[in-house]
Amino acid sequence: MHEWALAESILVAAVEAAEKEKLKTIIEIKISIGELQQIEQDIFEFALGEIIKSQGGKLKNVKTIIETEKSTLKCKNCEHTWDFSDMKKKLNEDESEAIHFIPEVAFVHTRCPKCGSPDFEIMSGRGVSIISIRGER
Amino acid sequence: MEARVSVIEKRLKNIKRIISVASGKGGVGKSLVASSLALNLANKGYNVGLFDLDLYGPSSHVILGVKGQGFPEEEKGIIPPKVHGIGFMSVVYFTEDKPSPFRGIDVSNIIIELLAITQWGSLDYLVIDMPPGIGDETLDVIRLIKKSEFLVVSTPSKVALAAVSKLLKLLKELKIPIIGVLENMAMTKSSFIQNEVGKLGLPYLGSISFDKNLEESIGKPDRLLDADFMKDLDKILEGINL
Ligand SMILES: Nc1ncnc2c1ncn2[C@@H]1O[C@H](COP(=O)(O)OP(=O)(O)O)[C@@H](O)[C@H]1O
Ligand SMILES: [Mg+2]
Ligand SMILES: [Zn+2]
Repeated sequence: MHEWALAESILVAAVEAAEKEKLKTIIEIKISIGELQQIEQDIFEFALGEIIKSQGGKLKNVKTIIETEKSTLKCKNCEHTWDFSDMKKKLNEDESEAIHFIPEVAFVHTRCPKCGSPDFEIMSGRGVSIISIRGER
Repeated sequence: MEARVSVIEKRLKNIKRIISVASGKGGVGKSLVASSLALNLANKGYNVGLFDLDLYGPSSHVILGVKGQGFPEEEKGIIPPKVHGIGFMSVVYFTEDKPSPFRGIDVSNIIIELLAITQWGSLDYLVIDMPPGIGDETLDVIRLIKKSEFLVVSTPSKVALAAVSKLLKLLKELKIPIIGVLENMAMTKSSFIQNEVGKLGLPYLGSISFDKNLEESIGKPDRLLDADFMKDLDKILEGINL
């Protein structure tokens, strides 16, 4: 359940940003999770809820909205583009799970489906970020 | 806004000291020093973690004899598996030791992910096995691990020192704590490195002799603890209260 660690990072970052903006309470956090992270949304939401409950404060009445950022991979060698569902077809369970922990090991376990190059780029679909925060001063 | 960076400080909060074993040069013995330092401190009864940050050429797992043990256990993050009493984290748990062709931005993302999800717990020491040079990993350690101190390794060669002194100058400029410079693989008596380190106004910590039997201890922590390499290292550590 490393979802918990990522959920915590969202809330720490949100409180930090709220302090900077002098917000007294945070009403809403819009979260984006890269598709490659393959986050279990249920677990992630549960973790957010638990941390919010135990931490209270600025987060007491916060609503969280989670969006998945679709993945786009682009080959630097042949310019072909593809996404995670294409990639997944060739992955075994362990490889897929490894990418769930660290999306960048995609470069270790997969190749460009067209030319076989490992030199591609993750254009989108990794990481955990905050799209927006709403709150009251 | 990237969220993972914010939680890193919290993950490292209960670690008393973080020592990055670094060098401007490859092949000088950083991984041997880092692994041996972790073993040495754990053997003295301290709580120790070892983090292999050499993502292209991880070696600490080879030195400690870690193989094929699957993904780390998950508990509010990932728990570094214990190896000879050391909490050991490395990218090899996720790469199956296959080649890792990462570019700089990917290296940074991996470091951020690992720092954000690894639950080290309370440690007396976290030792970081750094890759050579002053690229992404070094810059990310400086950016993300504010309390890291550097232990810098060089060989007696002018060639090594040329690269090592660049790292030293950068760390000095950025006012990063430098424990000192350790000379490794000494074959003859020479004060060249000591003098050069002195000119930079930095501590010279001592030298480790070339240990012709060292290879036999690779992958065998028990033997490594008894190796001549470790005896030399132990003397150096005594001088800096480690
Ligand atoms: N004092 C020493 N005596 C003999 N061999 C050494 C010594 N220090 C390091 N080595 C060997 O040199 C090689 C490079 O060491 P390593 O720790 O991998 O360097 P780095 O991490 O700086 O690239 C390894 O094979 C290691 O066993
Ligand atoms: Mg090394
Ligand atoms: Zn291609």
